Amino acid sequence: MSKGVARSTAEPQGLSRWWLRGHSLLVFVFFYAPIVVLFVFSFNDSNAVGNWKGFTLGWYEAFLDNQNVHESIWISVKVCLFSTVIAVVLGTASALALERFRWWGQKAFDAVLYLPIIIPDVTMAVMMLVFFGETAHWFNVIPGVDLTSGLEKLVLSHVAFNISFVSVVVRARLANLDASMEEAAADLYANRWQAFRRVTLPQIMPGVLGGALLAITISLDDVVVSSFVAAVGATPISVYVFGMLRKGVSPLVNSVSVVMLTASISLVLASLVFSRATGSEREERLKT
Amino acid sequence: MSVVAPPDEAQAVDGPSEVATPGLERQAERAKARQGFLLGLPAILYLLVFFVIPLGVVVAYSFATRTRSGRTELRDWNLNAYARLGDDIVLTVAWRSLWVAALTTVICILLAYPLAYFISTRSAVTRNLLLVGIMIPFWSNFLIRTYAWRVLLDSDGLVTQMVQATGLGDGRILFTTNAVILGLVYGYLPFMVLPLYAAIERIDWSLVEGARDLYANGWGAFRRVVWPLSKPGVVAGSILVFVPSFGAYVTPAILGGNKEGLLGSYIVLQFLSARNGPVGSAVSVVVLVVMLLGTLLYFRAGGKNL
Repeated sequence: MSKGVARSTAEPQGLSRWWLRGHSLLVFVFFYAPIVVLFVFSFNDSNAVGNWKGFTLGWYEAFLDNQNVHESIWISVKVCLFSTVIAVVLGTASALALERFRWWGQKAFDAVLYLPIIIPDVTMAVMMLVFFGETAHWFNVIPGVDLTSGLEKLVLSHVAFNISFVSVVVRARLANLDASMEEAAADLYANRWQAFRRVTLPQIMPGVLGGALLAITISLDDVVVSSFVAAVGATPISVYVFGMLRKGVSPLVNSVSVVMLTASISLVLASLVFSRATGSEREERLKT
Repeated sequence: MSVVAPPDEAQAVDGPSEVATPGLERQAERAKARQGFLLGLPAILYLLVFFVIPLGVVVAYSFATRTRSGRTELRDWNLNAYARLGDDIVLTVAWRSLWVAALTTVICILLAYPLAYFISTRSAVTRNLLLVGIMIPFWSNFLIRTYAWRVLLDSDGLVTQMVQATGLGDGRILFTTNAVILGLVYGYLPFMVLPLYAAIERIDWSLVEGARDLYANGWGAFRRVVWPLSKPGVVAGSILVFVPSFGAYVTPAILGGNKEGLLGSYIVLQFLSARNGPVGSAVSVVVLVVMLLGTLLYFRAGGKNL
């Protein structure tokens, strides 16, 4: 890269160089200090949240003993899994439809697909609340469907915002791929399904998995939409914690928080390691 | 005949020029268009039922009638809810939201720009490590990250004690608008760093070198070359920060006070406590329109890639 040679001129000299470094360091401290402090204080032997009284594992024991917390985590996992699977299938199909085909109404669909990404959480939550309020009795007519339980409503609304995220990620991957491989498969008398299964799918897999990870993260992160559609007995963990925070903080929140944070950071690290692995694999394949 | 038609040729299916294409090719194109539509159909139907119709219901609610018992009934369409938007309380909350979102955006630019610049000037290995360092908070649970500030800002929390020790003030900002701004900056700062980094990293540094050769000092080269070239990143980051800050609900609920509400909390209040569906819907519609305008700006600024 020719940029590399000139990159040194980009770094300011003298005082401003040290200012730049100091500033960057401080911003990183700003990013991580709260996370570290939360982690440390989850071992704090005190009923108050703020000041340090000594080490205890008590809040983790409280976490392990708390049946409500377990149930909420279980609800979150279920909602997350169901909504991610549905959103990945629908999102990937729509990405293919938009990127590889030209059809009537495509532009309109493309525009609508962006809306769930930019719409504020609160608006989405209100939409789901009034929609289910007006129509739940119609859905309940369908045999086997019971929207009053809350779990279905959670899954349905999480799918509604996650299709778009999956679709955007998969499309980005598709746009960088050459369609000629699929054409070659078609020339060799593969039918559409075979071409998809053998040629397209393996190539877009990193995009599909990336979209799935994003969907999982967003589903677990969501508080606002979930708290509007959740029913008694089906409270996801984020909504449960949000409720605890508003009622008045018990340090139990700290241990629950550390567990949630650890889960989400492991997800990020897993996805980074994964993308690194597939990236280098691709490079190696190109070399040979 | 190629199996996959080039896009411009395929788009002609919509136009009248399709008459000119030979019958066989036209048939193949039609079949392909139908396949594409069928592939997209499940997602189209899903979003129609669970997104477009709900959005329509909210818009309908904003013109609907509120009964005395607090029910919203879809009859006697009127503009009463929109008339309420001129009330002092709504205007105060709206201005405060606008102010909070604007200040959050400016602080994010000031914090993120030097950092993004610093990362761009590192070697490839360091750069990737630093980017991972930004990605981790970017992806980790937003609610929990916001809550962490409650521990720090508690009346005897670490930050409060540090501020008191330096004698700058009593440092008690929890449950004020300042705490909300701090929380929003913390939450959305990665949204600013990443597009800024993307924009600065792409800059051709030989231009800077050229400016220096022409006797521009460091500041001059930055102001005349780097800053203009990084502007798309500034615009993209600003919108990515401003839009969610403007509609924020979680951060003010955790770090803010009861008396200084923002639009997000106001909407929730209308639905869950005041039981005024039409007003809550009307405010939602207005917030949504603001977001759409913001996003249109974003696309016009050419920031399609983040």
